[in-house]
Formats: sequence, C-alpha cells, structure tokens
Amino acid sequence: MTVSFLAAAVVAGTPLLFATLGEIITEKAGNLNLGVEGMMLMGAVSGFYVGVTTNQPLLALAAAFLAGAGGALIFAVLTISLRANQVVSGLALTIFGTGFSGFIGQKLIGQVVPNNLKAFFKPFPFPLLNRIPILGEVLFSQDMFVYLGYAAAIVIGVYLYKTRLGMNLRAVGENPAAADAAGINITLNKYLHVLLGGALCGLGGAYLSLVYVPAWQENVIAGRGWIAVALVIFAAWNPYKAVIGAFLFGGLDIIGFRIQGTGFPVSLYFVDMLPYLATIVILVITSMKKSRENVPPKGLGVSYFREER
Amino acid sequence: MFRLVKRSEISRKKSIVIRLLAILLAFTAAGILLLTLDLNPLEVYASMIKGAFGSAYRVREVVIKTVPLVITSLGIAIAFKMLFWNIGADGQILMGAFAASYVALNYGDLPRFLLLLLMFVAGALGGGLWALIPGFFRAQWRTNETIITLMMNYVALKWITYLQYGPWKDPQAMGFPKIPNFTANAVLPKLFGVHVGWLIMLLLIVIIHVFLNHTKKGYEIAVLGESENTALYAGMNVKNTIVSAIFLSGALCGIAGMIEASAVSNTLSVEVSGGVGYTAIITTWLGALKPLVILLVSLLFAALLQGGSFIQTAHGIPESTALLLQGMILFFVLGSEFFIRYRVILRKE
Amino acid sequence: MMADIAMEGITKTFGKVVANKNIDLQVKYGEIHALLGENGAGKSTLVNVLSGIYIPDSGSVYIDGKETRLNSPRIAAEVGIGMIHQHFKLVENMNARENILLGNKKGLLLQKEKLNGEIVALSERFGLKINPDQKVYDMTVGEKQKLEIMKVLFRGANILILDEPTAVLTPQETENLFEIIQKMKDEGCAVIFITHKMNEVMMIADRITVLRKGETVKTLTKEETSPQELAELMVGHKVDLSIKRPKTEKGRVLLEVKDLQAVNEEGIKTLRGISFKLATREILGVAGLAGNGQKELCEALAGLYPITGGSIEYLGESLVGKSPREISSLGISMSFVPEDRLGMGLVAAMDMVDNFILKDYYKQKGMFVDRKQAREKARQAIKKLDISTPGINNSIRELSGGNIQKVLLARELNSNPSLLITAYPVRGLDINVSYKIYDLINEEKEKGVAILYVGEDLDVLLELCDRIMVLCHGEVMGILDADKAGKEELGLLMSGEKTDKLGD
Repeated sequence: MTVSFLAAAVVAGTPLLFATLGEIITEKAGNLNLGVEGMMLMGAVSGFYVGVTTNQPLLALAAAFLAGAGGALIFAVLTISLRANQVVSGLALTIFGTGFSGFIGQKLIGQVVPNNLKAFFKPFPFPLLNRIPILGEVLFSQDMFVYLGYAAAIVIGVYLYKTRLGMNLRAVGENPAAADAAGINITLNKYLHVLLGGALCGLGGAYLSLVYVPAWQENVIAGRGWIAVALVIFAAWNPYKAVIGAFLFGGLDIIGFRIQGTGFPVSLYFVDMLPYLATIVILVITSMKKSRENVPPKGLGVSYFREER
Repeated sequence: MFRLVKRSEISRKKSIVIRLLAILLAFTAAGILLLTLDLNPLEVYASMIKGAFGSAYRVREVVIKTVPLVITSLGIAIAFKMLFWNIGADGQILMGAFAASYVALNYGDLPRFLLLLLMFVAGALGGGLWALIPGFFRAQWRTNETIITLMMNYVALKWITYLQYGPWKDPQAMGFPKIPNFTANAVLPKLFGVHVGWLIMLLLIVIIHVFLNHTKKGYEIAVLGESENTALYAGMNVKNTIVSAIFLSGALCGIAGMIEASAVSNTLSVEVSGGVGYTAIITTWLGALKPLVILLVSLLFAALLQGGSFIQTAHGIPESTALLLQGMILFFVLGSEFFIRYRVILRKE
Repeated sequence: MMADIAMEGITKTFGKVVANKNIDLQVKYGEIHALLGENGAGKSTLVNVLSGIYIPDSGSVYIDGKETRLNSPRIAAEVGIGMIHQHFKLVENMNARENILLGNKKGLLLQKEKLNGEIVALSERFGLKINPDQKVYDMTVGEKQKLEIMKVLFRGANILILDEPTAVLTPQETENLFEIIQKMKDEGCAVIFITHKMNEVMMIADRITVLRKGETVKTLTKEETSPQELAELMVGHKVDLSIKRPKTEKGRVLLEVKDLQAVNEEGIKTLRGISFKLATREILGVAGLAGNGQKELCEALAGLYPITGGSIEYLGESLVGKSPREISSLGISMSFVPEDRLGMGLVAAMDMVDNFILKDYYKQKGMFVDRKQAREKARQAIKKLDISTPGINNSIRELSGGNIQKVLLARELNSNPSLLITAYPVRGLDINVSYKIYDLINEEKEKGVAILYVGEDLDVLLELCDRIMVLCHGEVMGILDADKAGKEELGLLMSGEKTDKLGD
C-alpha cells in the first residue's frame, strides 16, 4: 500500500520535476520565465498530436521538446533581445500556450494514446538498482521518462556545480556585468538556457498527455506549471532538492484518490486543493526565513544591456 | 552590424503608430498560422468583425463582455502600478461572485435596491479579502505574490466547484449540478438594452483615474511601485499601503464578479469568470495602467472574444483562436516597446 | 612610429550626450600612463571602449600596430587588455578562485588544487595576497580590488587599465596598490591609470593625458608639468583648489548621540557604540571606507534603521522610536546619494514636482494631493541652483547625474532644516558643480544649521569640515579637528587603528 503510493507519487511528480528543472536552468541564467504552464501545454499538445498521428514515440518526444523550446524562444526574443518585462512576457506566454493547446487540441479531445506508444512508455525494472528493498520498487520500477528525470537532475547538478560552463552560467545569472567583463557571451548563454529550460517544460507536459493520463483532455496541465515555479523557490535553485520537492507534490497530487478509497469523510474538492494550498504554505514559510545561500540569482528578472548607464 | 541608441524622448504620435503597427503584425502572424490550417485569414477576420459588430445584439454582447474586462483591469492596474503582480484576478472575481451570491440566495426577498447594494458590497468584500491574503504575506515577509495569487485562483475554483456540486446544488435541477437562479430582485436592471454594469464601469473609470493621479494613496502607490526604499525614506507606511491597495485591487475584481453573477449568469457557477481574470492582465498591460486606455483596449479585446465565439459557431474554428490572437498581440506589443525606447542604427563599415 | 597601443579619433555618444569626441590616446609598454580628467570628462567611456564594453561610434584602435576591432570584452582580453573596473565586476556569492576562472577557456571540469597553486604562485609574484577559497561577500574593498587585479593578470593581460582605483582605498592601501602597479610596469606591462587626483598622478605616472569635456587636451610627461598646470588643463581655467571654510562660532549642541548600537538582518553588528555631539554652525565630517556603518548611521538618525541600544537626543528630546516623519518634521533632513545615484530619496520615473512633494505631501489636508505649490518651488529651484532640465514635468531620469543631485539637495534645503545630514552629495559630479554644492552647504552652516557630512574624498573632508569622525566596522575610531589632522592619520583610523582622540 505505502510502497505503491510512493511509487505513484514519483510518477505524478515526474512532470513537475521536468518543469522545475527547466525553470531552474532558466532562472540560473537570470531569466524569470513565468510561462512554464504555457510551455508545458505546448509540449503536451504537440507531443500528443505527433504521437497520435505518427505512432512514433521518439518523434512525439522530439515534438514536445521542440514545442517547449519554441515557446521559450518567443520569451527569449522578447526579454533578451528586445528587453521586454520578464513577468509580463511570461504571462503572455502562458496565455498564448493555453490558446495554442486549445487550438491544436480541439480535434484531439477524447483521443487516446496508441498502444504502440503505451508499450514504449511502460514501466520496466532498472537493472540492479531495482533490487534495493523498498527504494527499488518506489524509484526503480518505473518508465523511461522517470529515469530520464533522474538523469536530467544529476546532469544539471554536475553541470551547474562541477563544470566551468556551469560556473559561467551561474555568473551570468548572478552578475551579468561581471560575466560580460570576463568575456562570457551573455546573450548566447541566456538564449541557450532559456531554450533548454523550455524544452524540459515541454517534455514535462508531454509526460502528462502521453503517459500519465494518457488521452487528450483540455487544460491537462491544471496549474502544475505554476507549482513548478514555486518548487524552484522551495528547492532553492538546487536540482537535487528539486527531485524531493517534485515527488512530494506528486504525492499531494494523488492523495485524493487514495483518501477516497479509504472512505475518509472529506470532500474530494478539498483534497484537490491540497497541492495549491501546500504551494502557498511553502512559499510563505520560505519567505519567512532569510539566508544568504538560498537566495535567487541576483540578476533574476532584469534585462542586461551592456551600454546601459 | 547595427547598434542601439536609447531614445531620450519620443512623440506621442510616433509611439502610437509603433503600437498599432505591432497589433497589425500580430494579426499578420496569426494569419499565417491560420493559413497553415487551410483557413483564409481574411475571411476569418472579416467574419470576426461581423460577429462582433454585425448587429445591434452583437454590439450589446461586446459591451457586456467589455464591462468585467474593464473593471477587472482597473483592479489589476492598481496592483501592477505598485509592482505587485496580482494574477489572481480570476479567483478574486469568483470569490466576489460567491459573496454576492450568498447574499442573493439568502436574502432574495429584500427590496431590489437594498439587495443589489448589499450584493455589491459583499462582492467587493469577497474579492478584496481574497486578495488581502497574498497582500498580507507580501507586506509581512515579501512572499512572492505572483505564484500565490495564481494558486489562489485554483483554490477559489475548487471551492465554487464544491458548492456547485455539493451544499448549494439546486435540488430542483434533477441532479444537474447547478446553483439555483437568483430572484428577479437580485438581477441588475437594464439601461438602453444592456445591464447597468456599463454605468458602474464608466463611474469606476473616472474614480480610479482620479484615485491614481490625484490622491495621496495613489501617489504612495506610485512611489512604492518605483522603489520601496524611497517610500520608506519618505516615511510612508509601506505595509499599510500594500495591504490597502491590494484590497482595493481585489475589491474591483470582486465587483466584476458580482456584476457577472447578477446580470449575466443570474447565478453562481464555476464559469462565472469566463477567464476574464487572465485576459484582463493583457488589457491592463496594453492599457499602460491608464484607465481610459484600458477602456479602449478592453473594447478591442471584447470584440475579439465576441468575434471568436462567433467564428466557432459559424465556421467551426476553435474558439481558442481568440486566445491565441490575444497572446500574439501581447507578444508583438511587448516587443514593440523596445522600438519605442531604443533607436536601431545601422553602422556603416 | 606608432605607439604600442593607439586609439585614434574615438567618438562615442549616449543619446544626446557626447561622452568622447575625437579622442586620441597613445600608450607604450613599460609605462604608467595616467588619464586625468574631471568626472564627466569621458575617461571611463574611453577605457570602456578600449576594453570592449562600449563600441565607439567612430574611430580606431591599434594594438601592436594592427587595427583591432574591440567588439566585446572577450576580444579585448584576447589581445591582452584587462580592466579593473571602478565598480567591481565580481560575483558576490562565488569565491575568489571561481571569479578568477570566469570566462576562461581551458578545461571542462574545475580542478581545484591545481588552480589554487597557480593562483597563489601568481599572487606572490605581484605581491597580492589572496585566499582562493574566500567568498567575495566576505572580502574588504581592498581585497576585492586585489582580486580584480588577479583576474586580469591570470588571463595574461599586459595592458592593464585601472579605473579610479584609489577612490575606495585608504592612503595606506593606495601606497600598497602603487607598489603593485610599479611591479606591473617592471614586468613590462602597459598601465593606464585613471584618476582625478593630481597628487597621485605626480607620484606614479610617467606620462599624463588630460581629458576635458570629452576631448583630449594634451599629453605630457610628468617631468615637464606641475599639479597646478594639470589642474588648469583639467578644468579649463585657472582654479583655486581650496574650499573656503567660513569661520563660524560654534553654537549650542543640537544633536547628541550616545553609545548607538544596531544590527542588520543577519544579526551582524553594524553600529558599535557610536557617540558624538553636533552643534549648530558646525560641519561634522564622517570618514571611512564604504560600508563601515555610514549608511546605517544616517538611516538610524532619520528613523529608518532600527537600533538596539544607545540614545539619540535632539535638543534634549529623544529621537529613538520616532517615525521618519516625526523626525523630519522636527527639522532634520537626511539625504543619501547611493552608488547608483538614485535608489533612495528620489523617484527616477517621476518628474521634479512629484519628487518635490515626496516628504511633505502627507501634510496636505484631505485625501487629494495639490501640486500647485510644488510646481512653483520646482521652478524656483531650477533658477536658484541652475538645474538644466527640459521642464518641471519631465521625469528626472532624463536629467544628468549632477542635475539629479541638485534636485535632491534643492528639495532638502527647501524644508529649511536645522540639522542637515548629507551623504556623498558630490558623488560623480564635476568640480564646478561640486564646489557649488560645497558653497551651498557652507551657506547653510552660516545660517546656523548643524551639518553631518559623510564623504569619501579625504582632501575635501579636511577642507570643508570642522571636525572629522572616522568610522571603521561601525565603530568610532576617533574624532579629529580638521585643522590639525592629516590624511595619513585619517587613513590609519579608517583601516581600524583606534585613537583616543575624541575631540569635542
């Protein structure tokens, strides 16, 4: 019972993990992209559409990846090249993404994922690691998407903290003027990471439509993009902590079904509020304690213009 | 090779031309998207215009859609002016509608004027108090209000869903999950064929314009939006200003909710906001936080929405086309700001 | 024969402001070349062009005889140009090693031990003491500057530009810096040294290029010139470089601060038992390196910074616990010009009128704001202080730095304060405007105002103030009579050597 619950929490948390990781690298480059929800929707609908029409799982993934990056590209052009307000640009992207997914998804409503794709995304035990008691069942008897999520967290962690390029990236987010003076290409760094971040959000969205649901329903993301933005703060911009946060919220997401099964007398609608309420509580608590290490990149939300004086 | 030069000033005419060009470009870009779907963009646009202004009825519909958009935008403008990113207008609309509905459903027999007045006050309180929660956190601990206001939209939505499917469900609706209709006294009367919400809207435009530009509170909000340090330095009570401005911001959204519940849907439902809270973010920004400009932009967007729902029924084109267009207009206008602030100069080699 | 580094006909404009107009500069390896000029003369713009930060509108740069297009800092670094910026370009929450490595091309992974070794070796060669693992936010200003120099040397730069490096240092630290610069010269580097202080030029430079109002005035060798000539070239007319200090009879004690204590958000002590008295018709100067409690002191006096102990008495009345508004209506004016020059005190996006009502709008009756009087005051201020602005309804962001500061001072003086607290009022201003502001301050003093003047330039403090209080780590190191004190003594106090002199 508990183990199956935890395993299900990991599954429910995986789209959040992708989106949170995506937003972490975006913000590490000094960009506050509030369009996560929109990019996830774009990824979800594009992945689903391509998956259903081509029956090719890898093409579906590629489509989701590119759709997320495409949304991010709009944001990047607006905020990096044209120095538009990041908050408003992100909101615009969310609105656009909602429209985009409704537009494309109109004809997809009610369609389900073909068996070929379902088989591709079926859980399989991860060699060796699945033999660890309990953890093996919770973490390592999952589908490839989940494993990809772990890999992404580790790769991003190593990249950020152990490599020279990751250090350069952190400098861009912390103090673009300093990074610029050190000869780091600010524009390139920002574009690359915003795009990569968007692509990860796109993948997170596709997990929901292709694996988690797996059928097309309108507004499939249901606020998870925003929760991911909050998780970035919760995780203090650390990809490893993002894993914990995402799975925690995955658990909150599915707790409703479990409680219903037990006959516990509480309305389903209140249980549905849990992830949102928990997000609020976490944000309030993190804002109450201040520390020097767990702060956002200093250049977050500010456009950089070398010749500004 | 080109380089950028900051413009020191720009004529009003020029900046308007740049923005109009941006809107034109947005329609062009969306047209290309329509083309890829084998739709003739010109036909679609013509059809949208017809849908919005083709008959007196449709024009009235546009006005009805403009009202909540403007009132909500006014509310958002107050918050944005203070750099408080209130994107929880949708939830505030819902909670305003909820509070007004509570009055309407329980005291439906009161005289019409009194009942409507009570509903109005309840709506303002409902939206205002709902917005006060993130406002308080922001004032107290600088908690990120963007995400919290948005999360509260979902909480409000679940709350109304609960009511609609649970305790407030109409027992006479034969199992259909709907809340009973209001009594006739709880419905806003009409004036010139449209409910009096439009009159309230015009009044609020004037009031908020005066509030932002000519009152002490309005001045404090503007200073605070520019720099919290300066506000402290000037001896302003920052927490008090944040909290009261946010209450006002939410109260306006709540009023929009009351009007929608009373005059448009005649009851409370999860659809009462109709996404206005999100669209209003765009109209507020495009309206440059200025009440009069907001009215113009909101009219355009209401026409867009009305036209959008028309093409849905007439041509089977997804209604979300309108949403897509809104997003694109915002993109292009946001991008165009750059050309208002900077001049691009080609560099001769 | 062309010089090793040559800039020819450099022109650079920002909007309507011409920062550099057809400037020429020639520098050789193995020389220390001073770039002398007032604030706003175009020195920083010129070296920013040389280091690839600004792209000039026209003009060329030749390095080793080859024309080089310096389109980015990276290209500049590749040809050996390294700049130590006036406002340090360091990432605060990284350590020294990481800052040094930023933007370097070698290697994918960070190899800590090997790099630490290289850093230590290099730092010993130039006499720079650096701990590679220290975080920047834990460093003193002097340490940050050394790190900036290390960054540049580590990349193998042989053309070094130092933009006003001594502005933030004590006289002792300055001497140490000059030794390092001398070593660079001995190693064959070209050093471009920016300053507006004549004595420093005479101490260290081989050749000097003087800029004025964006144009080259002259290049000369140290031997053929004198401080007086340099000053004249710099300002454009004969100047008397001394500030008049009107002799006034000290009045009654207006402000008495005793054992003032405060801590910041992180619980670190920022004010440690500050005590002093301030009388009418007196200017008390506050000296100290940036960030040693000056800001906290000013804010505490104005009621903006919570104190944890001690007393502040104004005419025998305690100010502790009073709100900023109550304090300001007692006739205490505080204005602080921060490093970015805006930030506090003024609202950049608002016009002069709205900035003028900032501190007294609340005194008006009713809920509305009346701007009629403020408009009149703004017009008068423009006339009195010679503020150049397109109009009273243009946002002050459009004004130049000097004019913005005049607006700030005008508003503060408008309130007819009896205690004027002013911090860095001449930050970034040219000599003429600075002197105008000193005159205004002296005028207030003669009127009977008590003045607390926080400044960075020790020469100015010594000439303008009656007494000087030196702060270090939020502690009073001593209060000296300006007549009897010298720069060296102040410098020692600034770096933390306490004296028992607490002159009244």
